[in-house]
Amino acid sequence: MSAVEITNISKAFNLGTSNQVDALTDINLSIASGEFVSLIGPSGCGKSTLLRLIANLLEPTSGELVVNGKSAKQARLDQDYGMAFQQSGLFEWRTVAKNIELPLELKGWDKTKRQARATEMLELVKLSDFANHFPWQLSGGMQQRVAIARALAVHPSLLLMDEPFGALDEMTREHMQSELLSICRASGTTVVFVTHSIPEAVYLSNRVVVMSPRPGRVTQIVDVSIEGERNDATRDNTVFFKGITAVREALRGVRISDDVRGIEDR
Amino acid sequence: MSSRSLSVIRSVLPPAVFGVAFIAAWELVVKGFNLKPYFLAPPSKIGQKFTENIDLVWGAAKVSGTNALIGLLLGAFFGMAMSFALSRFKFLNNLITPLAIALNAVPIFVLVAVLNNMFAITSEVPRRIMVTLVVYFIVLVNVAKGLTQVSATHVELMKSYAASDTQILRKVRIPNAVPYLFTALKISAPASVITAFVSEYFGGSQNGLGSRITSNIANSKNAVAWAYVLGACLLGLSFYVISSLLEGVATPGGRAKRTREDR
Repeated sequence: MSAVEITNISKAFNLGTSNQVDALTDINLSIASGEFVSLIGPSGCGKSTLLRLIANLLEPTSGELVVNGKSAKQARLDQDYGMAFQQSGLFEWRTVAKNIELPLELKGWDKTKRQARATEMLELVKLSDFANHFPWQLSGGMQQRVAIARALAVHPSLLLMDEPFGALDEMTREHMQSELLSICRASGTTVVFVTHSIPEAVYLSNRVVVMSPRPGRVTQIVDVSIEGERNDATRDNTVFFKGITAVREALRGVRISDDVRGIEDR
Repeated sequence: MSSRSLSVIRSVLPPAVFGVAFIAAWELVVKGFNLKPYFLAPPSKIGQKFTENIDLVWGAAKVSGTNALIGLLLGAFFGMAMSFALSRFKFLNNLITPLAIALNAVPIFVLVAVLNNMFAITSEVPRRIMVTLVVYFIVLVNVAKGLTQVSATHVELMKSYAASDTQILRKVRIPNAVPYLFTALKISAPASVITAFVSEYFGGSQNGLGSRITSNIANSKNAVAWAYVLGACLLGLSFYVISSLLEGVATPGGRAKRTREDR
């Protein structure tokens, strides 16, 4: 079964007014269970909008969207997916452990079950010693790890990530990429990952979806078939470089005009 | 000596030294230039009058302090209630905000004179209403901000958890508003005391600190008036300290050190 099935999706903001913006037109994309798919493209290509449509934080103008075999709305209500953003979005009045427990609280789990899961998630992201710290006592990379642990707390089969490592420095970023891969490998989670970075997209993904703006659409889908487990050595691999070249060439065909604006859809 | 006690000394010592130096300079100026007591009383005289009249000052402080406290509690209560209503119903916001701004432009103390006519001459109610009004607006503006200006990421996250509006209110908006409430209380606490004094200038019973200050000045008892001013300072200060302490207790992780990256 495919994790996400996107058929003829279009999304327009300010529909029918003089400043209508066609954020996405005619998107078709099928994401298999367990697959890691990145969405890449210049600002304004609608990649974040597409992610929010899958998350049902936005409703499409037309087209059909199936997540885990049900409507996107039902999937959201069932908490079928976890989500992480560029800002860690941790609640500063909650401790690290309490942040991870929040989605479980909303699901109505009892306290002991919640605490057990939070402990498990903190071990996964190697932050067990920081359970009772507050977010502002942690570095940016650690905060992002907590956010990922929180997104994974309900053991979702699908993880939606919007430039989660965008605010991190290069070293932390590469480290986090490897950690994310090993977490997903262990749990078999499907990931849809929005990024600006070509190496990041190629390193992480089975497929890289290249998008172009005005109106937002899919220009090309690049397969990245790197044999075996990906690790730091992968970054020196010729297949990795070939993937980067392929994505870069696909992006080169993309018009980047001066007046392209990212769409603020939050 | 531990670094903690060192840092306490570092933060307490400079203002303490400055305060003592200021009082010493005041004393010296009054004595040195032989200033008449009706012009400016020396601190030593004020201190002496303060200890002599401590029971009277305390009695007056109790009257003004009670007015301030009752007004503070009522104002905070109504301010919070209204801010919840405003954040819940957009149309109320459009209705109330211009009115609130217009009301704020009224020189609010003149209302005491009007209120004094409405109630018995010895009634403390007009003064308490005044304090309530002043506190109400401070709390309303701040708490409404805390309830509405929540991080966009937080709201998206809550929606992704399929949270209801009530859950978003309880888990995001209210905790987000707590530091704003305490900011409002720290501003309101001294303001409530000041409002209580000033309200006494417009007639009514001559029992509070404000009326004692005016009547002693009228009788050229300058040093005694200053003793009451000192009492007023201490009362305002204690209100501020109590609200600060409450903030420390109510805000997790001690003082709210909030990362602003999410805003």
